[in-house]
Amino acid sequence: MKTLFDKIWDAHVVSTVEGGPTQLYIDRHFCHEVTSPQAFNGLRARGLKVFRPEQTTLTADHNTPTIDQDQPVKDPISKNQLDTFHQNASEFKLPLYFPLGHIKNGVVHIIGPENGFTHPGATIVCGDSHTSTHGAFGAIAFGIGTSEVEMVLATQCVLQSRAKTMRITFNGKLGAGVTAKDLALYMISKLTTGGATGYFVEYAGEAIRNLSMEERMTVCNLSIEMGARGGLIAPDQTTFDYVNGREFAPKGEEWETKLAYWKTLKTDEGATFDKELVFDAADIQPMITYGTNPGMGMGITEAIPTLDQIDEAGRISYQKSLEYMGFEAGEKLEGKAIDYVFLGSCTNGRIEDFRAFTAFVKGKKKADNVVAWLVPGSWMVEKQIREEGLYDILTEAGFALRQPGCSACLAMNDDKVPAGKYAVSTSNRNFEGRQGPGARTILAGPLVAAAAAVTGRITDPRV
Amino acid sequence: MEKFIKLTSSVVPLPIENVDTDQIIPARFLKATNKDGFGDNLFADWRYNKDGSPKADFVLNNSTFSGSILVAGKNFGSGSSREHAAWAIDGYGFKVVVSSFFADIFQNNALNNGVLPVVVSADFLAEVFASVTADPKATLTIDLENQSVTNNATGKSETFVINAYKKECLLNGLDDIDYLLSKKTQIEAYESAR
Repeated sequence: MKTLFDKIWDAHVVSTVEGGPTQLYIDRHFCHEVTSPQAFNGLRARGLKVFRPEQTTLTADHNTPTIDQDQPVKDPISKNQLDTFHQNASEFKLPLYFPLGHIKNGVVHIIGPENGFTHPGATIVCGDSHTSTHGAFGAIAFGIGTSEVEMVLATQCVLQSRAKTMRITFNGKLGAGVTAKDLALYMISKLTTGGATGYFVEYAGEAIRNLSMEERMTVCNLSIEMGARGGLIAPDQTTFDYVNGREFAPKGEEWETKLAYWKTLKTDEGATFDKELVFDAADIQPMITYGTNPGMGMGITEAIPTLDQIDEAGRISYQKSLEYMGFEAGEKLEGKAIDYVFLGSCTNGRIEDFRAFTAFVKGKKKADNVVAWLVPGSWMVEKQIREEGLYDILTEAGFALRQPGCSACLAMNDDKVPAGKYAVSTSNRNFEGRQGPGARTILAGPLVAAAAAVTGRITDPRV
Repeated sequence: MEKFIKLTSSVVPLPIENVDTDQIIPARFLKATNKDGFGDNLFADWRYNKDGSPKADFVLNNSTFSGSILVAGKNFGSGSSREHAAWAIDGYGFKVVVSSFFADIFQNNALNNGVLPVVVSADFLAEVFASVTADPKATLTIDLENQSVTNNATGKSETFVINAYKKECLLNGLDDIDYLLSKKTQIEAYESAR
């Protein structure tokens, strides 16, 4: 009896190093401009070629502007990194290269699934911790460092110690106005930011089954924020329907063969996990974070924990965190004025996030005190926003769209929240300085972001 | 990669928990295309004022503390997978990071760059912080062969865990990629057997 994780892992073991890690075969490698240049330099220094060029998909997303993408990139250092990326893709003859301006360009964890590169049962890596996103399809997907990017380019393998397994079950149904992001932030607040370190997490239960693929990606994306190597969800009809027909998905006879295999990808009854947790989806309300790591989250109507609720070793960090945010222990945040709203990122930059945001702001107006950055995850999402008429509704409500990219999630480009300003962000990290030096991030789902954008305050979207 | 066998050094204490890789090296410094110079921007936002002058209250700017061992609160290196964090720590001159808990990806990245993450118990960690507060010249000895860490101020020792393969790599200065390249035949055999 095996878990889903065991089945996929075992099918990809090339060899096991004595007393050490497993040599794991990688089916799909995603690559972006920021964590890859030193890996290509390594190949050059050793005189190596890319071993399986068609198994690497490349997109520029982290260090890219979200306006005027048809113009030359202004920042010379960013331009150099993008030019280097281009040079590497061409020198190493990598066919699946989607540079800035390409119709398939966008955030790596968004363009992968939407073009059909992400399949159930696959092993997937990228030099990016949010690679866990792809686990939503029932894949083993995890982030790697640049040394490992070089290993994958050179050998299509990495050396990895087998993770422990955890299953987190969400029974029941999510309430109205509660999103997949809220479910994930709730879970991380319970486990803390290091609570799943060393584990691969399988998400199960009625509330998970009921999620769309986009929502499942949001949940798996955030696995890393509680320290997990990755998260995964057993594939089902929702998964197969999403993958079927996408450009790089298997076709015809190959599709039938793969589908038959994918249907076997579930945890056997009676298989055991190293750890099991169960939550009730009905307990979850819209969530916000109040601190400087994603584990510091609470229900939107709740109050920030007081110092006596924090264990002694953690108090220095806790106080440092609240000081940075300009919040008081025991304080409630509902009604507090905010300055920026960011809708986007590999966590919440998909079409469903834009649908949810747009449905909320329809017929309302953006608050005057709010700067709103709405950044589609890809050109495909951008196209859908226009085709579905969301663009007109957003414009009517006073919002504008930016061009695809990671944008203010990590603020490598000009999309930086100024020091001291509060941003309600649908991204994944509220670390100090993450959205710009001194920026204060409040993580939330697309509905809380929409409510904040129209009221200019932290607002419960249910009322 | 450089070999690591044994090291005795004074330490730089950073008693903060959940130090994420965005603090170790902020994203705006990730625009480089080589591995050089990251040490200058290690902990940049904690270390420098906006005008580039050093913040007096940050430990790296306090000449009382020095050494090639960084001692940090639990869950060090969480967040982004950026290997630049390991390059920054290595570039600054740290050879060892001691904590009671490390994030997975950071731990791998550190090992791949010859920086040794040493996991100690919470009590041992608290004692190291106390020793270095009492005497900033207090030293630790890290012995990789015997997998031991000793607080020379108290004489207390703990063993730490490292897998046998990674230990051999560090002792001999070998990279994972050397190993993988030696397995090309098996990789091709695996591919054709699928």
